[in-house]
Amino acid sequence: MAEHFVPVEDPPSAGLGTPPVIAPGYTFGTVTDKISAIVLTRKTPRGWYVGFGIAFLLTMVLLVSVSYLLVEGIGIWGNNQPVGWAFEITNFVWWIGIGHAGTLISAILLLLRQTWRTSINRFAEAMTLFAVACAGLFPALHTGRPWLDYWLLPYPNTMGIWPQFRSPIMWDVFAVSTYATVSFLFWFVGLLPDLATLRDRSQSKVGRFVYGLLAMGWRGSARHWHQYDTAYLLLAGLATPLVVSVHTVVSFDFAVAIVPGWHTTIFPPYFVAGAIYSGFAMVLTLAIPIRAVYGLEDFITTRHLENMAKVMLVTGLIVAYGYTVEAFIAWYSGNAYEGFMIWNRITGPYRSLYWALLFCNVLTPQVLWFRRVRKYAPGLFVVSLIVNVGMWLERFVIVVTSLHRDFLPSSWGMYRPTIWDWGTYVGTIGLFVALLLLFLRFLPMISIFEMRTILPAAKVDEDVREDLRVI
Amino acid sequence: MTPNPEVPNPYVGGDRSREVSDPGSRLPREEWWRTLDELADDPAFRDRLYNEFPSEIEAIADPVARRTFLKLMGASMALAGVTACTRQPAEKIVPYVRQPEEIVPGRPLFYATAMPLGGVVTGLLVESHEGRPTKIEGNPLHPGSLGASDVFAQAAVLGLYDPDRSQTLTNLGDIRPWSAFLGTIRAALSAQQPLKGAGLRLLTESVSSPTLAAQIHEALERFPAAKWHQWDPASHDNARAGAKLAFGEYLDAQYLLDGADIIVALDADFLACGPGALRYARDFSARRRPERADRMNRLYAFESMPTSTGSRADHRLPLAPREIERTAHALAAAIGIRPADSATALGVSPALQKTLTAVAKDLQAHRGASLVIAGDGQPPAVHALAHAMNDALGNVGRTVVYTSTVEAAPVDQAQSLRDLVADMNAGRVDLLLIVGGNPAYTAPADLKIADAMAKVATRVHLSLYDDETSALCHWQIPEAHFLEAWSDGRAYDGTVSIIQPLIAPLYGGKSAHELLAAMSDRPERSGYDIVREHWQRERAGGQTAGTGASRPAPPRPEFDQDWRRWLHDGVVPDTKLAAKTVTVRTDAIARFEPGANRATQSGVEVCFRNDPSTLDGRFANNGWLQELPKPISRLTWDNAVFVSPAMAERLKFDNTPSWQGGEHGQILASVVEIRYRGRTVKGPVFPLPGHPDNCATIHLGYGRTRAGHVGTGAGFNANAIRTSDALWSGAGGEIVTTGDTFSLACTQYHHLMEGRGMVRAVTRDEFEKNPRSIHEGHEEPARTMTLYPEHQYEGYKWGMSIDVNACIGCNACVVGCQAENNIPVIGKDQVLRGREMHWIRVDSYYRGPADQPETYFQPVPCMHCENAPCEPVCPVGATVHSDEGLNDMVYNRCVGTRYCSNNCPYKVRRFNFLLYQDWNTPSLKLMRNPDVSVRSRGVMEKCTYCVQRINAAKIDAEKADRRVADGEIKTACQQACPADAIIFGDLNDPKSRVAQLQAETRNYSLLADLNTRPRTTYLAAVRNVNPELGD
Repeated sequence: MAEHFVPVEDPPSAGLGTPPVIAPGYTFGTVTDKISAIVLTRKTPRGWYVGFGIAFLLTMVLLVSVSYLLVEGIGIWGNNQPVGWAFEITNFVWWIGIGHAGTLISAILLLLRQTWRTSINRFAEAMTLFAVACAGLFPALHTGRPWLDYWLLPYPNTMGIWPQFRSPIMWDVFAVSTYATVSFLFWFVGLLPDLATLRDRSQSKVGRFVYGLLAMGWRGSARHWHQYDTAYLLLAGLATPLVVSVHTVVSFDFAVAIVPGWHTTIFPPYFVAGAIYSGFAMVLTLAIPIRAVYGLEDFITTRHLENMAKVMLVTGLIVAYGYTVEAFIAWYSGNAYEGFMIWNRITGPYRSLYWALLFCNVLTPQVLWFRRVRKYAPGLFVVSLIVNVGMWLERFVIVVTSLHRDFLPSSWGMYRPTIWDWGTYVGTIGLFVALLLLFLRFLPMISIFEMRTILPAAKVDEDVREDLRVI
Repeated sequence: MTPNPEVPNPYVGGDRSREVSDPGSRLPREEWWRTLDELADDPAFRDRLYNEFPSEIEAIADPVARRTFLKLMGASMALAGVTACTRQPAEKIVPYVRQPEEIVPGRPLFYATAMPLGGVVTGLLVESHEGRPTKIEGNPLHPGSLGASDVFAQAAVLGLYDPDRSQTLTNLGDIRPWSAFLGTIRAALSAQQPLKGAGLRLLTESVSSPTLAAQIHEALERFPAAKWHQWDPASHDNARAGAKLAFGEYLDAQYLLDGADIIVALDADFLACGPGALRYARDFSARRRPERADRMNRLYAFESMPTSTGSRADHRLPLAPREIERTAHALAAAIGIRPADSATALGVSPALQKTLTAVAKDLQAHRGASLVIAGDGQPPAVHALAHAMNDALGNVGRTVVYTSTVEAAPVDQAQSLRDLVADMNAGRVDLLLIVGGNPAYTAPADLKIADAMAKVATRVHLSLYDDETSALCHWQIPEAHFLEAWSDGRAYDGTVSIIQPLIAPLYGGKSAHELLAAMSDRPERSGYDIVREHWQRERAGGQTAGTGASRPAPPRPEFDQDWRRWLHDGVVPDTKLAAKTVTVRTDAIARFEPGANRATQSGVEVCFRNDPSTLDGRFANNGWLQELPKPISRLTWDNAVFVSPAMAERLKFDNTPSWQGGEHGQILASVVEIRYRGRTVKGPVFPLPGHPDNCATIHLGYGRTRAGHVGTGAGFNANAIRTSDALWSGAGGEIVTTGDTFSLACTQYHHLMEGRGMVRAVTRDEFEKNPRSIHEGHEEPARTMTLYPEHQYEGYKWGMSIDVNACIGCNACVVGCQAENNIPVIGKDQVLRGREMHWIRVDSYYRGPADQPETYFQPVPCMHCENAPCEPVCPVGATVHSDEGLNDMVYNRCVGTRYCSNNCPYKVRRFNFLLYQDWNTPSLKLMRNPDVSVRSRGVMEKCTYCVQRINAAKIDAEKADRRVADGEIKTACQQACPADAIIFGDLNDPKSRVAQLQAETRNYSLLADLNTRPRTTYLAAVRNVNPELGD
């Protein structure tokens, strides 16, 4: 049961020079105190209020943008003929990609027994959820008649009409909704023991009630732990294929179409790698300021940062390979449309975006070869921001530059986002940040009980450990 | 407080006093409201509705009064519906229980009528649904139509239902009854009686209506000193003057293109505009089929502004208008009409001379089967030269016939207008009647007609719109649209049609006949009586007014029967004008000096042309025409200063696609100032490949100030620099850049094929040597390259064939489709964003050098692919393959993901990004085709192959237990097409026309390499180049 959380080959401090995953000197009690105090006792930092205020305002921008969209229609955006999809799908793919880090960290690294995941998995999972929520908004709102979106669901109806199962959008509906469901369950199940801790430690009546409600009667009995471990492992097993499948299906939206620049077999692996890449970039973007603000350097150590930087470097190289192959095949296939597409990306009206994307996604991560950069939090923060921008640009380039000049030159056109495109996009960032700040304020951002398992003190005999668990 | 006593409770009978609790009500009970409308008009009631919280707030607190209030609020909701949908009279009316003969609800009826424009009429068949005309087609029996129609005819229904039309008779802005006008005009006329009408002036457009001409002559008999002036910018002054130069009298030339092997067009866009253009296009394209290579004609075009005709030419030379004049002289010299020795002195370049020699040789080799046509923009001398060349080449009577004019009284219209202005300025005019037209806008700037009109005591304007001229007139009389009024007119060949109305005047408009009747001693005669009496008299042996039929018809006692037949057929038989034997004044023509007064002038030559969409501005308020991409330039909603690309580069004019919309929406154009003869106008510049250098073309018809909601403010007014001595072109202009930019809504800015073979074209020689040469370099994947089983078609298998070789790019199909399929107008702002909604578009592509490119038109409707990329990607199955091969669009099911459109390689799908349909304007509701859904916001739409027509024909066929015959179904685009370029039919029937066309070698699919296997295929273009001149 709990052995999954016990470092076997990967001790907290793996030799000289490698920073530990948790700073020395902590006990079970101090870990619990430190993390739960953020929620229960410590004064909410002023920065939180400022950040939440800004995020809330941006969320209101989203509300206004969406309301106006529902009143007027898609025409308030810059979409046109031939660019039927633009910002909304770019943002959708970007957000979905960001969500990938959470699942990867929680599920795959769990199965691979990577203990360093412990201090970041909780908020990475939360980030996943919020990112998927933001992502889900876009396909739901981008239809011409959003109030009929439920027609995409295979629900029984008197007319006997079903959705069209050949359409990748249909697959998207299943992929994204499954992903959201599993991610939520995974996150919530993982929260249960900590919710119980908060329930027990909360001084306020409301806190005890709410946390108690959410803890679903967790008492920490051996039976609970047993069932918990089984459920968590099963969910990890379920979530693992989703890491690959969601973005594969999202990439099918493009790969199944015949548009030059979309119709490419390399898309599924290239999209998955890109998603992990952007996901880790986002985790870094969030983790670095959070650990500074909340003083969590002891829990999120340079070891974590370095490991995430390594993942970024690897996935960044895969993505770079993707770009290369895309261009190579366009030339090698001898297909005039593909050739023109790449040429148009490189030299056409949107060329600056393409070059910026290469700078952000290919050139910038090369600094991660240097250990000093990997260990230098501010530097990593900048790199992660650049990669986030780069991955957004990548999606924009794929969606828009492929569509804007496809087969018939008579129909070539251009796309420019309107203020409402920006409003919706920036609004979802606001929503994301607002949700994340609420999460930081009201839920333990780091898994308390899992952190305790990686303490040296946890390396005791089975029977002793069971006793420790109830502390 | 208590509720206002003036607001009664309609629902409580005897017990009102309890509810309306003010005992001091001053209103007797009998005066309480009787109708809902009356109640709605009650100011107190309205006040209460408009105030969210009525002032009598206590009334809300009072339970009894609150109930009253709530009931009234309920009534107001009901009223909102009542006022919106009913126009029933107050009197008791009876619904029809017995169905009127011939009217079956849901089944349209077709009536023959005709549309007057520029002094000729074109025969039409109008589809009428329960009394509402909804769609216009050409009349196959009419010689000027043969079933085809042009954009103006197609858009006429929108003109009819235009909510901006002049709706009330006004005197200085006040609404007056017709009788008040009658009183005024009769008083004014009786004042004129002793002067014999010396102060009376009548200004009309070109008149081809025999009845109207007779009425005018009758009026002129009563007032012998009165004068009749004509001014019609859509008409053809130079052609008239040219005929007078050549023959000494006004004559009309009619071209018989089916007999012409070699055609030379001197700045003549005879295929797309002017009288008989529809017929000429049909005859011309019939001789362009390379399958009968020996019958293929050859067209040489010397023209300035690139036109439809020039695009179809086998050899097109871009020349400025004055160079064309010299070319005409040089060609005449080469043919031997005028001395050849002066040819070099005429300033014709050696290269052009070489071409002209070859052209002359070609012409002479086809004596009697050749034709020279001069365009309206060319001076009379060129027309005279063309007549002389035709005469010398033996073409008269074979490819060209001369008849007396279709117009009742041809005059030099520029001079006519000049005389009128002079008379007005001299104070000789007391009463000015302007019958149709908009001279205040269309008159050349130098005449200053507005100032002159101010000196006239009484000014009356009869017109469809309250326009620029109406603003200068005392009386504005709403004119009845031609679909609302009785009239008559002559086709380009003289054939008479009776114009019968399809609907009673929507706004009580009057026709020109009724206005002229007001001047007669029987002022209240109806238009019907006037026209019918005229023809009754005519057939009884009376003399036709003006230059009517050349043969007086024998008296016909069975007039009623004839009349019915004429109305039914849309033509009056045997009224075609007879060919005249003519003598060309060859000597005089030989002595013409080319460009006598123009050659010396330097500077940019400025050419004026009627706009292909709004003509002279009369269609400026028609949204269908405004949004119609003009041929070649693909501009909408604006006119522009067209120049050659070289000139634009030289003068550093900038035209770049905007980020918003781009090549398919918005072009940011430099604004230039044209300085011409002391006047200036500013407009956006637009470089057009194939436009001659050092020359600028401006379209008239824009810059209207009182056109209506649609047309006002679109473009700039070219009339501001146009002078009456050089109506169509003149040298001495100057173009300077202003540094400003302007957004032009252009739906296609990229005209190069990028080697993708959208239009395939070869020369006739290449085609004869190897017909498969058109397929060289284009591969088509094997049919087996799909995992899915082939579709099986047991019944019908619809398909379409479009002949690129025949298409003249006239756009009739586009407007025809728009009218048939309820396609919305979205406005310039949305076109700028690249969202135009046309289901069929006419792409144009260039091949060859930018100064002298070959131009091809390619109409692109939905391809109805066999392997349709749109079908599998729709998540809700809103676009599906029918068992007859159609790619059906299910609007109800569409949620609007736009995935289908992204995946359509032809980009024929159109999305309702906003609510584009006008769901509120009542008159536009009458216009719509009831057989086609009106799409709402958020729904994808596209060409359906006119599935409503297919189904109507199938139902008829099934009732008769037969198959739909070939040709029984015509799609709207096919029906409108004058060039017979679009053929639709059943591919399962090997004998159908479309199946045979698709079996031809010339047949190819657009983007065939994608394995979409389109149903709509194209026939490649074959140019019949002169081997001497090369390709």
